[in-house]
Amino acid sequence: MDINLPALFGQLLIGLINGSFYALLSLGLAVIFGMLNIINFAHGAQYMMGAFVAYFLLQFAGLNYWWALIVAPVIVGGFGILIERAFLQWLYKLDHLYGLLLTFGLALVIQGLFRHQYGSSGLPYQIPPQLTGVRDLGFTFLPNYRAWVVVFSLVVCLGTWFIIEKTRLGAYLRAATENPTLVRAFGINVPRMITLTYGFGVALAALAGVMAAPIYAVNPTMGADIIIVVFAVVVIGGMGSIMGAIVTGFGLGVVEGLTKYFFPEASNTVIFVIMVIVLVTRPAGLFGRAA
Amino acid sequence: MKLLRTAILSAAMVTAGAAYGQQAIKIGVMNDMAGTYADLAGPGSVIAARMAIEDLGDLTKGWKIEVVGADHQNKPDIGSNVVRQWIDVDKVDVIVDVPTSSVALAVNEIVKEKNKAFLVSGAAASDLTGPRCSPNTVHWTYDTWALANGTGNAIVKTGGDSWFFLTADYAFGHALERDTMAVVNKNGGKVVGSVRHPFPGQDFSSFLLQAQASKAKIIGLANAGADTTNAIKQAAEFGITQKGQNLAGLLVFLTDIHGLGLKTAQGLIFTEAWYWDMNDANRAFAKRFAAANRGVHPSMVHAGVYSSVQHYVKSVIALKSAADGKAVVEHMKKNKTKDALFGEGEIRVDGRKIHPMYLFEVKKPEESKGPWDYYKLRATIPANEAFRPLAEGKCPLVSG
Repeated sequence: MDINLPALFGQLLIGLINGSFYALLSLGLAVIFGMLNIINFAHGAQYMMGAFVAYFLLQFAGLNYWWALIVAPVIVGGFGILIERAFLQWLYKLDHLYGLLLTFGLALVIQGLFRHQYGSSGLPYQIPPQLTGVRDLGFTFLPNYRAWVVVFSLVVCLGTWFIIEKTRLGAYLRAATENPTLVRAFGINVPRMITLTYGFGVALAALAGVMAAPIYAVNPTMGADIIIVVFAVVVIGGMGSIMGAIVTGFGLGVVEGLTKYFFPEASNTVIFVIMVIVLVTRPAGLFGRAA
Repeated sequence: MKLLRTAILSAAMVTAGAAYGQQAIKIGVMNDMAGTYADLAGPGSVIAARMAIEDLGDLTKGWKIEVVGADHQNKPDIGSNVVRQWIDVDKVDVIVDVPTSSVALAVNEIVKEKNKAFLVSGAAASDLTGPRCSPNTVHWTYDTWALANGTGNAIVKTGGDSWFFLTADYAFGHALERDTMAVVNKNGGKVVGSVRHPFPGQDFSSFLLQAQASKAKIIGLANAGADTTNAIKQAAEFGITQKGQNLAGLLVFLTDIHGLGLKTAQGLIFTEAWYWDMNDANRAFAKRFAAANRGVHPSMVHAGVYSSVQHYVKSVIALKSAADGKAVVEHMKKNKTKDALFGEGEIRVDGRKIHPMYLFEVKKPEESKGPWDYYKLRATIPANEAFRPLAEGKCPLVSG
């Protein structure tokens, strides 16, 4: 194959766009794992719910995409909080496996319910009128909507990183994970903080779902398709590492984009190949701290 | 011990008595019940099979006909296991539907080996009546050759003479790509490239960019279900159609158009075997079907399941036994088909059911009267031109 430079740049850009979804989703997972020690397998289902809630808001409440960006994460995040209160809070002291199994089961149930109600072929959701259109960058065409996706998810990712790593609130959170008893002694309501953190992680997934709604089919399996890749991203980045999740999310999107150009048949596999290599050479992940 | 043996013996006699007192047919509908193809086939196919039997009315008197369903998850290994279990343990006589060609090709072999019958509605690969044809298989609704012939011909003849293919990387996509390429080449068009994407896919933008760079006039989507709808949605986003390239959806179902919305799907041209709003019989069927299937209207796959099950059951009743699958299929081929949805037709020696195909165009949003009113008829492809000529299929049953 002769290498066509413009096309290659085009693929890199596309990779970056897909990477922003990976980054947003793996960020939520990393936050939840880092703070709660729960491997949240329901993340894909929560992402799907975000897209569906955006659709419902438009259909039944007349709220457009921009409202959905705010309202859908709040609704789905609230749902996450209910799950945390009802189920997850009993599992923190147990092995990771319990949380994983519970959330995996929840994901299957949620997906099944949506499929039963709305079928598998998906629901239509249009790109907001302000963001339709395509920009000609010379080497490739960039839809305005995708440009928005990259910029917005970068802002959200870096904002989250900043809150957790650089603010007082983040410091409380990290301290609460290290030593909950001590933090509680300072008069901080640790369980509530944990609950809200889970809600926030879930809201991030829902936000990614809203952003995905105009470009991917809004259907009940959309989360199941992407969640496995996202888990690979988190493992490669290092479980629980916020910056690791962001950087690997974008990075692997780019790697996948390149694979789609050079060897499309392998584009679904390449991330897992990298995962195996990372697990063999650096079991804690690229950015992870050894346990 | 003696007591136990008597108990087992008498239990065996009771079951045997039930089986011989009444003739029975067990129909196994297997497809993708929950994944990307669940709306176009899925639980709806089970409903269609049950309706088919209901509508046979008095003909089935004295027969106990049972319909069971299973999910093959689009995986050939799972599908094969289900079919073996069904035939060996559950005494299923006929396997119906089976979208996803890779699964259908595997089932095709098992059914032949076990001498049962296989009625294909959902799967597309024309190999099922070509090199891989079987005396136990009837391919009812459509196939890749018919799709390529209908859509490919129409597009090349209206000036779409250079093609780039976006192909699902498994048996079905390969077959559809191959058959469409043949049509394009035969009509003097040329194929400038193709790319194979993993199945099922999610993001097609990379592949669409490659298609865009190829400068082909037509981007042929040799995929189905969510893959097709995602590709169409993303092509619109990249403005591919505004820049003069056109999409050819080579396999599109009613449920896909519903999921896309007319705004995105309008103008798309494709070939199908059946549409619910073509005549009163179809409309009546659609109304009953939708009532049982959460309002979702029937696709051509559902209609094919309905018709093929009726023809099969008629043959079994005429032969008074479903035991010899090959004999039943032979009877099906010897007798003309006639039912409410596909009208009159016939089944060729290679197992291909022959009927007209239709070229449809998706309506503009303002032309549609509401949900499910999506197609307008562009052309009817007569039955004798709709399918691959018998001699070209390389089916061993034809020469012998």
